[in-house]
Amino acid sequence: MKPMLTRLLGSLVMALILAMMPTAHAQDETLNVPRSIEAGSAFSIQNAGSGEATVYIVGPGQVLKRTVQLGTATYFPAGSVYNAGHYTVILAQATGTSTRSLDVTPVNTPASLSFLAKPSRLPVGLHDGITGAAYVFDVYHNLIATPTTVSFELSSPAGAAQKQVVSTRAGAAWTQMDSTSQQGSSKFVARVGVISSTSIIRQVPGDPCDLKITAQPSGQLLDLQTAPVRDCSGNAVPDGTIVTFTETYPGGQSTVDVPLKRDVAEVKMPTHDGATFTVASGVILGNQIRWGK
Amino acid sequence: MLRHSALVCASIILASGMVAAQSEVSVDTSQLKGPRALEEQTKAAAIRDYLESWQGMNEAFEQDQPNLLDEDFIGTARDKLADAIDEQTKAGIHTRYQDRAHHIQFLFYSPEGLSIELIDDAEYDVQVLDHDKPVSTVPVSARYIVVLTPAEVRWKVRVMQADSK
Repeated sequence: MKPMLTRLLGSLVMALILAMMPTAHAQDETLNVPRSIEAGSAFSIQNAGSGEATVYIVGPGQVLKRTVQLGTATYFPAGSVYNAGHYTVILAQATGTSTRSLDVTPVNTPASLSFLAKPSRLPVGLHDGITGAAYVFDVYHNLIATPTTVSFELSSPAGAAQKQVVSTRAGAAWTQMDSTSQQGSSKFVARVGVISSTSIIRQVPGDPCDLKITAQPSGQLLDLQTAPVRDCSGNAVPDGTIVTFTETYPGGQSTVDVPLKRDVAEVKMPTHDGATFTVASGVILGNQIRWGK
Repeated sequence: MLRHSALVCASIILASGMVAAQSEVSVDTSQLKGPRALEEQTKAAAIRDYLESWQGMNEAFEQDQPNLLDEDFIGTARDKLADAIDEQTKAGIHTRYQDRAHHIQFLFYSPEGLSIELIDDAEYDVQVLDHDKPVSTVPVSARYIVVLTPAEVRWKVRVMQADSK
């Protein structure tokens, strides 16, 4: 119990001595640095005393070293420290060093946008199919962390636009939008004030929505032809999309894959009594035609 | 969520070896926004690569070798750090960054998966040497906003900027 009390008293005495020590505080009072400045703005550092000393401004973003005359203000002109961040300011002189912190904040005026949009190509009419994320930077390419309004706009080939206004959080904003109902190239624009960045989104027709075939005898064969193939928004499905014709007859089945050409697929197939012709593309099944008895 | 973060923390300590052995790391995903889920493997890789970037940064500054940044940094972050190394070389000084603790909070995983944003309340010591003579060692506590982007085989730091707390 007694040694413990002695240790406790010793600690208290040490704490009192440390609290009364003037040296460290006196050194720190020799250096007067603004707590925070805007990136690129001019500032000055005040110091007390006489003689020569060295000031270091150190951070991962920038490193500066200046020889200064103690007792005078050291002036750092505009553009001296422009990378936002936390800096350590050290005044080194013969009698010791003093340190301070300096926070450099981004300029609050957006100057550039980093805009990522995806995908660059997708089918029409897809809910939340298009995403975009934007980061807002100042003129020195510092990320502006304070909330900033970003507008995202997706214009369809017909001119109609979807628009969303989003506030950044720690410099980032994002959105999701539906692809439009019309095929073609759309402009996806992120805008902050007069600054904008554009991505081109190519919207292609979706899967066929409906398949219809008609049949016409052609000698010993049957000429099967689809009606123009469209997606559910009425866009023509691209040439090259495979349409499968199937003939099922007593004792057998034959299948032909035909690419769409100018919106239509056509094939000639042999006829069998009692045959059934069907058509399909992807997961879409069209009408069927029965031939003969 | 706490249990979840603690598990992440433990896995990072195991995965990142030397870095985590020297610094205390905690991770919080409760503030994560965005439509894309941050999978465990992605999260662990992002943290591992971010912590390693501190080691890379320290080596680059200590040795005055901007090319040592290439493994961990890209774009603006790489350019700014490289410029700072050039400045300290010209001034005849070296700096050492010894990280002690990282309190990482995930903020945003972009919907297309091309960026992760996090805040790191970092504690580290910065040592300044002028012509190899120690000037001062200063303990620093700063909040960093970090944006990581995926490169060939790892996450690289694209933005690393201390923000006033």
